[in-house]
Amino acid sequence: MYQLALSRMREFYREPEAVFWVFGFPIVLAFALGLAFRNTGPGKLQVGVAGGPGDSALAAVLDTATARLGLRTGRIALLVIPGDSIVYRYDSTRTESGLARLEVDDVLQRARGRKDLVAVSDDRVVAPGSRYIDFLIPGLLGMNLLGSGIWGVGFSVVQARQRKLLKRYMATPMRRSHYLLSFILSRLVFLIVEVVALVGFGWLLFGVAVRGSFAALGGITVLGSFAFAGLGLLVASRAKTIEGVSGLMNLVMLPMWILSGTFFSYSRFPDAMIPYVKALPLTALNDALRAVMIDGAAVTTLGTPLAIVVAWGAVSFVIALKIFRWR
Amino acid sequence: MAVAGLDLTVAAGECFGLLGPNGAGKTTTIEILEGLTPPDTGDVEILGTPWRDGAAGRALRERLGIQLQETQLADKLTVSEVLALFRSFYRQSHTVAEVLALVELDEKRNARVVTLSGGQKQRLAVACALVSKPELLFLDEPTTGLDPQSRRQLWEIIRRFRAAGGTVLLTTHYMEEAERLCDRVAIMDHGKIIAQGTPKELIASLGADHVVDFAPTEGGIPADLVEVLRQMGGVTAVRMGSDGISLTVVELHRALPALLALLKERGVELSLLTTHHATLDDVFVALTGRQLRDT
Repeated sequence: MYQLALSRMREFYREPEAVFWVFGFPIVLAFALGLAFRNTGPGKLQVGVAGGPGDSALAAVLDTATARLGLRTGRIALLVIPGDSIVYRYDSTRTESGLARLEVDDVLQRARGRKDLVAVSDDRVVAPGSRYIDFLIPGLLGMNLLGSGIWGVGFSVVQARQRKLLKRYMATPMRRSHYLLSFILSRLVFLIVEVVALVGFGWLLFGVAVRGSFAALGGITVLGSFAFAGLGLLVASRAKTIEGVSGLMNLVMLPMWILSGTFFSYSRFPDAMIPYVKALPLTALNDALRAVMIDGAAVTTLGTPLAIVVAWGAVSFVIALKIFRWR
Repeated sequence: MAVAGLDLTVAAGECFGLLGPNGAGKTTTIEILEGLTPPDTGDVEILGTPWRDGAAGRALRERLGIQLQETQLADKLTVSEVLALFRSFYRQSHTVAEVLALVELDEKRNARVVTLSGGQKQRLAVACALVSKPELLFLDEPTTGLDPQSRRQLWEIIRRFRAAGGTVLLTTHYMEEAERLCDRVAIMDHGKIIAQGTPKELIASLGADHVVDFAPTEGGIPADLVEVLRQMGGVTAVRMGSDGISLTVVELHRALPALLALLKERGVELSLLTTHHATLDDVFVALTGRQLRDT
């Protein structure tokens, strides 16, 4: 089994594309998203002012058509139509429009002589842990474990089946369970590299800290990795062609990428969906990772999500072993 | 159903060949014997034991060496890594260095599988079968698609294995290979065994030791001439092929001059005339009426 796992690893690291997709891609993604959503305050808000009487008090003046277009395409957040009473036209579902309305109103009211009733002063803080990148890194870690588990296992199994290598192994005294376990073992070794690379990257570049213990983080990623390797085996247990298995993999992974709170919180989905979303292995893993990395939670408080992760892994592995096509 | 009603026995220490055109059922047969395909009915005993699941099956596999027809080993591994992997499946085995010497791949030990030539890949596949020090070696079309030199190298490996006391069961569609390597052969066609015996016995069953092929320049040969040929001394069989006529003859030195005299007398011009010693190919043609290579 040691030799099997060793071969698995050699085959993997001699495949430069695979190495990039497993290790490089999440880091590139974290870098790009980290840059795009870095905390620069609320950002500049573009406010348009429709031409009309009394517009001289205001800076950028747009003709009516351009103003409407700008509002519709989101280039401006708020359209101010001057007059005896000022009209703010904006989309109330857009966060930045709401902000723009408050700011513009504030400025205009003060300009007309409104006095603040209470003196206020701003005390700005940036707390690591509440930024988008802090939310993102655990999610990417979970997604990466999912991807490398399913791709890493699925493609090698189907390729071995296609090349009649599985059949050749069947012609030896090798134990079938050893073959399947070798995948999990080799995943474990790569797991260490994946976790260190991504967490280290987040820490160095964005100062994303791990609040909880590293042991807890390690334990959770191991469980997650086992679960996804099991899922990968299940996905690959019957497929005969690479094309076939690719379709299945996407079917398994795409919904989880979207639903499981990798890039944004799943609490945005309707309440009725949340229990189902929470039952997905990636959701449970992401929740556990965030609890440890952001909240510094102890493993003992994470019984439910970890039980979900383990259950997915164990059930998939057992089913995979039962229905596996060895030839 | 790919094969039916097969009954064959391979004795310890011999080299037995399953011979037949593509699609005759050779691979199905050998995979049933290897315990990879369960037979619908019937009994298989290997080294005196039937196939069983679990520990008994694994114990039997310890004693076998198997090369499959279509296996492609992992491209990215080196030769010695592949052998180390296969070696790890067995309780007792050759060292990697020993088995590399057996198949003469020493100088390729650190080459990746993807860089090997066809012949080298095939020798590596055979090395994976030999690494377990098997008592019985199964080879499924070991030399198909190889150049003559690679083929001879593989024959040499098989001969050495036999010289050390091993038993071999191989399939091939090269009659020449079977004649050279095998003590006994079974000829298969359409999933059945149509003849079985030593190559010598099978050739002798033709009742003649030479085959004469000839073709006239134009037109066919009159039907009455065929009848005359059949009656000619030394001729045991006459077969009309698509591109000529083929005679099976006992005494070439008498039959050939007589044939030429007859053709001259009838004014038939020849575009082709060849003779050869009777081979297993001719046995196959005699049994099925088809050329082995046409199928």
